[in-house]
Amino acid sequence: MDAAPPNRSPRTAPAAGSLVLDVRDLQTQFFTDAGIVRAVDGVSFSVSAGETLGIVGESGSGKSVTALSLMRLLDEPSRIVGGEIRFQGRDVLAMDAEELRKLRGEGIAMVFQDPMTSLNPVLRIARQLAETMQAHGRFTREQATSRAISLLGRMGITAPERAINSYPHQFSGGMRQRVMLAMGFSNEPALLIADEPTTALDVTIQAQILGLIAELNRDFGAAIILISHALGVIANVCQRVIVMYAGEVVEEGPTEQVLADPRHPYTWALINAVPRIDRHVPDTRRLVTIEGTPPDPLAMPSGCRFAPRCPFRIAQCDQHPALIEVAPGRKARCWVTQAGEPLPPPATARLAAGPPRAAQPSPAQDVTPPLLSVRGLVKHFALPREGFFGKGRYVHAVDGVDLDVMPGETVGLVGESGCGKSTFARLVARIHEPSAGSIRFAGHEIADASASAIRPLRRRMQMVFQDPYASLNPRMTVADILSEPIRFHGLTKTAGETRERVEELLTAVGLNPKMAIRYPHEFSGGQRQRISIARALALKPDFIIADEPISSLDVNIQAQIINLLIDLQEKFQLTYLFIAHDLAVVRHICDRIVVFYLGKVMEIAPAADLFTASLHPYTRYLISAVPIPDADAERRRTRLPLAGEPPSAVDPPSGCRFRTRCPIAQPICAEVTPPLATHRDGHLAACHFPGQF
Amino acid sequence: MLRYVLSRLGLAIVMALLSTLVIFLIANTVPGDPVLSQLGDLAASNKEFVAEWRAKWGLDLPLWQRYLIFLQQLAHGDLGISISSQRPVLQDIRDFAPATLELASIAFLLSIVVGIPLGILAAVRRDSWIDHTARLISLIGVSSPTFWLAFIMLAVFYGGLQIAPGPGRLDTIALPPHAVTGLYLIDSALAGDWDAFRDAGAHLILPSIVLAAATLGLITRTTRASMLESMQQDYVRVARAKGLREVRIVVGHVLPNALIPVVTLGGLAYANLLTGAVLTETIFSWPGLGRYTFRSAVSLDFPAIMGITLVVAMVYLLINLAIDISYALLDPRVVR
Repeated sequence: MDAAPPNRSPRTAPAAGSLVLDVRDLQTQFFTDAGIVRAVDGVSFSVSAGETLGIVGESGSGKSVTALSLMRLLDEPSRIVGGEIRFQGRDVLAMDAEELRKLRGEGIAMVFQDPMTSLNPVLRIARQLAETMQAHGRFTREQATSRAISLLGRMGITAPERAINSYPHQFSGGMRQRVMLAMGFSNEPALLIADEPTTALDVTIQAQILGLIAELNRDFGAAIILISHALGVIANVCQRVIVMYAGEVVEEGPTEQVLADPRHPYTWALINAVPRIDRHVPDTRRLVTIEGTPPDPLAMPSGCRFAPRCPFRIAQCDQHPALIEVAPGRKARCWVTQAGEPLPPPATARLAAGPPRAAQPSPAQDVTPPLLSVRGLVKHFALPREGFFGKGRYVHAVDGVDLDVMPGETVGLVGESGCGKSTFARLVARIHEPSAGSIRFAGHEIADASASAIRPLRRRMQMVFQDPYASLNPRMTVADILSEPIRFHGLTKTAGETRERVEELLTAVGLNPKMAIRYPHEFSGGQRQRISIARALALKPDFIIADEPISSLDVNIQAQIINLLIDLQEKFQLTYLFIAHDLAVVRHICDRIVVFYLGKVMEIAPAADLFTASLHPYTRYLISAVPIPDADAERRRTRLPLAGEPPSAVDPPSGCRFRTRCPIAQPICAEVTPPLATHRDGHLAACHFPGQF
Repeated sequence: MLRYVLSRLGLAIVMALLSTLVIFLIANTVPGDPVLSQLGDLAASNKEFVAEWRAKWGLDLPLWQRYLIFLQQLAHGDLGISISSQRPVLQDIRDFAPATLELASIAFLLSIVVGIPLGILAAVRRDSWIDHTARLISLIGVSSPTFWLAFIMLAVFYGGLQIAPGPGRLDTIALPPHAVTGLYLIDSALAGDWDAFRDAGAHLILPSIVLAAATLGLITRTTRASMLESMQQDYVRVARAKGLREVRIVVGHVLPNALIPVVTLGGLAYANLLTGAVLTETIFSWPGLGRYTFRSAVSLDFPAIMGITLVVAMVYLLINLAIDISYALLDPRVVR
C-alpha cells in the first residue's frame, strides 16, 4: 500500500517545489436572488507536476465550481470572492483578460462532462482542433492541422485524416470525448482538468477513456485533476483524492488509503453506499445509506456540515471542525477521527442490516407459469428514406428476443446504450408496438392486443422512468399525480378514499403524506423518483418495469432508492424488470441478468453465475470495464480492453452480432448466428465458443 | 448536398403546381355564373347562343381539362387580360414589380445590415446602454403602425425639415433612366446618369425606412435572443477554456449557430416585404405591386388578382427554397 505500483504513472513522486497548481482558501459564491450560496467555501489543495488528483463528491458539493474557478470560467452571478490560485507560481486571480486568455488552453486545459454539447455543432472538427493551437500562436494553420490529425490518431480515432473533416454530429459520444481530449492536450498543457469526463458514456467506453487519460498523463507528463462522483473512476486513475461535501474539503489523502480506510464519515458513507461488483455478499440486499440530504446551501449548519446526517456524531460536532492532518499525508475534517477514533472498516458483510431475503423461486424448475413470457420479439424502427426512391432502412432495435420472467423475480437487463434494452422494456409495457413476436403477460397475449384489451392489464404492469424531472407533470400536485391513475381505473369510490390511498402510497415510499399538496419542483431528484415509484404502485401492480431508475441520482440517493425498491418488493410481492447500465447495482439486486447486445440477447444467467462464470466474451468485457472503488482490487485484476464501439443497428453484422469486436471470433461466427442455448442450469448463452475466452 | 438541393427543388416544383391548382379551383368554384355576368339578359336566354359561348371559352369542358388548358396558358406566360387596364396581366406585373423589388430589397438590406449587428452587440453587451437602445429601437419598429410612421416621416423630413424628397420614385419633372432592369438605381448606374441615381436613391430613403422598421425590429430581437441562447451553450465555455479571443468566440462560434433561426425569419420577412407593401406604397405613391394589388382588389379585377396571387405564391416558394439551402449551408446536421 505504501509503494506506488509500477504500472501507474512513473511520476508518482513529485519533485519537491514543482507545484503546478496551488489553491489556498478558495471561496466562490453565487449571488442569487434568494441569498448568497457559498458554493466553494475555503478550499485548499495543490497539484504537483505530473500528478493525478481526484475530486469526488455528490452534486452540489462544489467540485465542478471549483474546477471552473481554477480557470476563472464562471459566469454571473457566481464570483470568486476570496483565496488564492497560483498556477506555476503566477497569481491567476490577479491576471488581466489577456493573460488569462493565454493561460487557458495553453497552461491549463479542460475537458467537460457532456461531449455531445461541448463541440460546436456547425464547425468541422479540424477547425475546432486547429484554432486551439493557433490561438496561442504556437503553430501555423498547416502545422496545426497536421498536428490535429496525429493527435486524433493518438486518441484512438481510426482514419484521422478523414475524421478531421467531419462535423461533431457524425461522431459518437465516446469519439467526441476523444476529440475533446485531443483538444485538451494539443498545446501540451501543464495541467488538464477533466470534469466528469466519462459520466455520459457507457462503461466500456468509460474504461477506454479512463485508460487513455492515464496513458496521456504518462506520455505528456501533464498533471491531471479528475472530477467525478464515482469513486471507482477516481480509484482507476488518481494517486491522490480530495473529497468535497457542501463546498468544503472533508478529506484528502492518497487514493488507496482513503478508499481502504476513510477518515471522514461522509467518505465512509460514499464508499459503502456503492455496491461492489467484486465483493458480493449473499443474502444482503440492503445497502448502507446515510439518511437525509446535503444541507441547504443558503442555510449551512454552523457546526460540522455533515453532522446532521452523520452516524458517528458526537457532542463536539456542534463546532465547525478544521481540515487537519490525521495521519502522515492524510487530512480530515472530522472531530471523531481527529480524536483518533477509527471508523468501522468498510466491510459489506458487517453492514448487512436488512433481513435475509425470502427464498426466490428458481426459474428453471418452477412449475408455476411465468408472469411474463416473451417469444421472438422484434422491433424495427423505420429510418427516413434517402431521397424519393431510396430504399427503406430500419434500425433493428430488438431483433428476436425470448425471455421468461417468473412471479416475484427480479430480472436485470444490461448492455451498452443502443443495445435495445430500453426498447425491449417499452415493448413489454406496450408503449411501442412490436414488429413481430409474442408477449404473454399473466396468460394474456398482448403483442397485438388493442389498447382497450390491454387497459385492464396495465393496472398490473407499471413503469418507472429514468428522469425524475421529466416524468412528472410540473403543473400537477403530487396528490393529482398519484390519484390520476387511481381514479382512471376506478379503484376508489369516494374522494376521501382516494386521499387515503395517496397518503398510504406516500408513506410506503418514505415520504411525508403532508407533501401531497406540493408540486414536483419542490422536491429533490431522489424524492421525485420516490414519487414516480409511488405512482407506479398506485394501481397495486404485480410487475414493475424500471428503466434506469437510479442513473440520474447521486450514489447515496441511489442506495436509498435501491433499498426502497427491495423493501417494496418484499412488502407487495413485486416482480421487477430492472434496466440499468451499472452492473454492480444489477448484480446487487437482481436474481437473473440478461445481457443485450445490438438487439439480441447474448447471455442469460443467475446473477451470481454471470459474474463468476460468464460464458459470453461480451459479458466478460462488460464486467471487466466496471471500475472498482478500491485501488488494490483495481490493480490486481486484469482489465480487458474492449476496443471500438458497437456497430450500427441499421446494418448489424451477419451471424453473431458481437463477432466484429470479439477476440475469439472464427469464420463460423460470421456465417451462423449462434442460438441462445442452455449450457448450465438456467444459464444460457448465444456463443459458438462459450466460456472459451 | 446536391441530393438535398435537388430534393428541395423537386418539392418546390410540386408545391408550385399545387398552388396553381388551388388558385385555379378558387377562381372556378366561386359562386356566380360567368354566363350571367358576361352576357346580357337577352343573350343568356338564348340556349344555343349560351352553349356556343360556353364552347368558345371552354366552359363546357370538364374541370380537369380546363385546368390543363390553364396550365398550358400559364406555361406561355398568359395570365389573362386585366379588366381595369385592358392589358395582359403579365405585362402589368412586369411594369409594377421592379418598383416593389427595388423598395423591398433596399428595406430588407437595411434591416439586415442594421438589425443583425445591433442584435449581436446587444447580446454581447447585455444590459448595457447599447442593449437598451437596441431594445428600444426594436420595440418602436415592431409596435408603430406603418401608416403612422409613414406620415410622421413625411411630415418631419419632407414637410418640416425639407431634407427628404416627396412621394414617388423620382422628382416629378425627372425622366426615368433607360429601362434595363426596371430598378432605377441599377438602370441609372448602367446609363452613367448619376443625377438620376442620386434622385432615385433619395426617393428610396423614407419609404424604405418605413417599410424596414417592423422587419428591423424583428431581426434585431431575434438575433439578440438567439445570440444569448447560443452564448449559454457548453461549446462556448469550451471555446473560452481554449483561450480564444472574445471576438473570435462571438464571430466564430456563437454567430454561426445564432444565425440559423435568423435566416428563416429574414427570408420570410423579405417575402413579406415583397408582397405586403400595400400601405407604404400607397402613402408614398410608389408605383409598385402593392398599389396594383390594392387597385385590382378594389375593382374586383379577377384576372389581375389571380395573377398577383400566383406571383406571391412563387415569391414565397422561391424564398423558402433559398432558406432551405442556406439552412443546409449553415447547419451541417440538416444534410445527412
